[in-house]
Amino acid sequence: MLALERVSLDLGPNQILSDINLTVSAGESVCLVGPSGCGKTSLLRLASGAVEATSGQVVNSFATTAAVFQEPRLLPWQRMLDNIALGLKARGVGRGERLARARELADRVGLADRYEHFPHELSGGMQQRVALARALAVGADFLLLDEPFSALDVGLRSEAQDLVEQLVVDQGIATLMVTHDLTEALRLAHRVVVISGSPGHVVFEHWVDTPFTERSPAWLYEEAGHLLRQPVVSESFLFHPEPEVA
Amino acid sequence: MVLLFFRGKVRIKSIEREAMGRFISTSLSWGGSLTGILLFVALWEWGSLAYGSFLLPGPRDALAAIMNFWQQGELWVAVWATTWRAMAGFALAALLGLVLGLLAGLSHTLGRALEPVSTVLLGIPPIAWIVLAILWFGSGSLAAIYTVAATTLPVTFAGAQMGARTLDHRLQEMGDVFRVPLSMRLRDFYLPHIVSYVFPALITALGVAWKVTVMAELFASEEGVGAGMALARVNLDTAGAMAWIVVVVALLLVAEHGFLRPLQKKIEPWRQVRGPAMPG
Repeated sequence: MLALERVSLDLGPNQILSDINLTVSAGESVCLVGPSGCGKTSLLRLASGAVEATSGQVVNSFATTAAVFQEPRLLPWQRMLDNIALGLKARGVGRGERLARARELADRVGLADRYEHFPHELSGGMQQRVALARALAVGADFLLLDEPFSALDVGLRSEAQDLVEQLVVDQGIATLMVTHDLTEALRLAHRVVVISGSPGHVVFEHWVDTPFTERSPAWLYEEAGHLLRQPVVSESFLFHPEPEVA
Repeated sequence: MVLLFFRGKVRIKSIEREAMGRFISTSLSWGGSLTGILLFVALWEWGSLAYGSFLLPGPRDALAAIMNFWQQGELWVAVWATTWRAMAGFALAALLGLVLGLLAGLSHTLGRALEPVSTVLLGIPPIAWIVLAILWFGSGSLAAIYTVAATTLPVTFAGAQMGARTLDHRLQEMGDVFRVPLSMRLRDFYLPHIVSYVFPALITALGVAWKVTVMAELFASEEGVGAGMALARVNLDTAGAMAWIVVVVALLLVAEHGFLRPLQKKIEPWRQVRGPAMPG
């Protein structure tokens, strides 16, 4: 599991996050929501180990952590299969084996006929699916997702959400996902954590008990409205801090 | 089954059509280049007719002069001498420029120290280098090679420096998350990116290398295309001078389109295909 204990993060003179306590258990899906600039992405980078906490403790005991970023971040000079197999290559898996695994994953994210394409030959939605496949290829039991669908249009977005829902429900992969869309969070999370303020801190936690299959669009909007009626939540969404520094 | 067969047929048809389209577009682009060259030759011929073949010998005179050089055995000797010098200087500058450029791109301190040096080198006219080179090395191949290396070094240096400096930190962060080891990072992350900056610089440097070699030979050598031009000048042989110009241009075109561009195509296949495929 991932455990953040009394974690603070300073970048230069700015305090980005203060006194964060957060855990993600095995198989649990946690969504971070909050206004832009509140430090959600920084929190994810703390979890991935890309930055170190200024104070407090970050313990990640998951076997394999992988990430999908806001942009696909594919290597433009490598073909799709090689991009998916990147993490496997980094772990020293042989070429034949890693390409076979990559092919399997490409099929699973619906890109079966584009093995030899370069990233710029794929649409934005396809590129993001390649990034997801790359994260899955390493057999991650913990996925960090940083607004991975924010650049996709409504249809593609819903498709990508289905994919993540499958990962959480069918495969029990733990996820920590940043989003600014409350309905998206409610659709995919076991728990929604609202972060707000400057420096950012946890202002509200909401456990979603409704089973995934019963989360209809109508339910999502109703539940989102419900959440927004909480004073702390509505305040944090109306709050406009200075533009993001991190 | 019938449907499958039919679909297979349609597919073959579409592949055929694709190949045909590629053939047409290739021949069109070749035809376009050829048209430009032919227009230029026509203009040259017209100028020669208008001003007389002493002032401006026509393309046929130049060709005849080239044939003459060939028969006398001068042509290949000169071509080989010039090519060898241009390539040696170019290779030297490419190697040194790459190494220094990469270091300067990765270390800001070194970059700040080397950049003004590069600017100074860039600011010194090639003709000044030639004078110095003759003073230092005497006339001969070494002077030409040195001059080429000194004038093209700043170009390759700048290319490599830009390449190393513009490495995408977002890709690096991705590499961190996926625990990509250093050796793989160098090969799969840094190298392809840097190559994409270095290649245009190399192509520019190659063009400069030929021109500077010819110029250096004009002053400092007994053989080579430049030396041939010096001789043509002394003999007031305008057709010979034109012939050597044609030879140099041909050499440059062969080096760029026969060597560097195909090499780039091979190393950077991802640059050849354009535009996202339509989802479907």
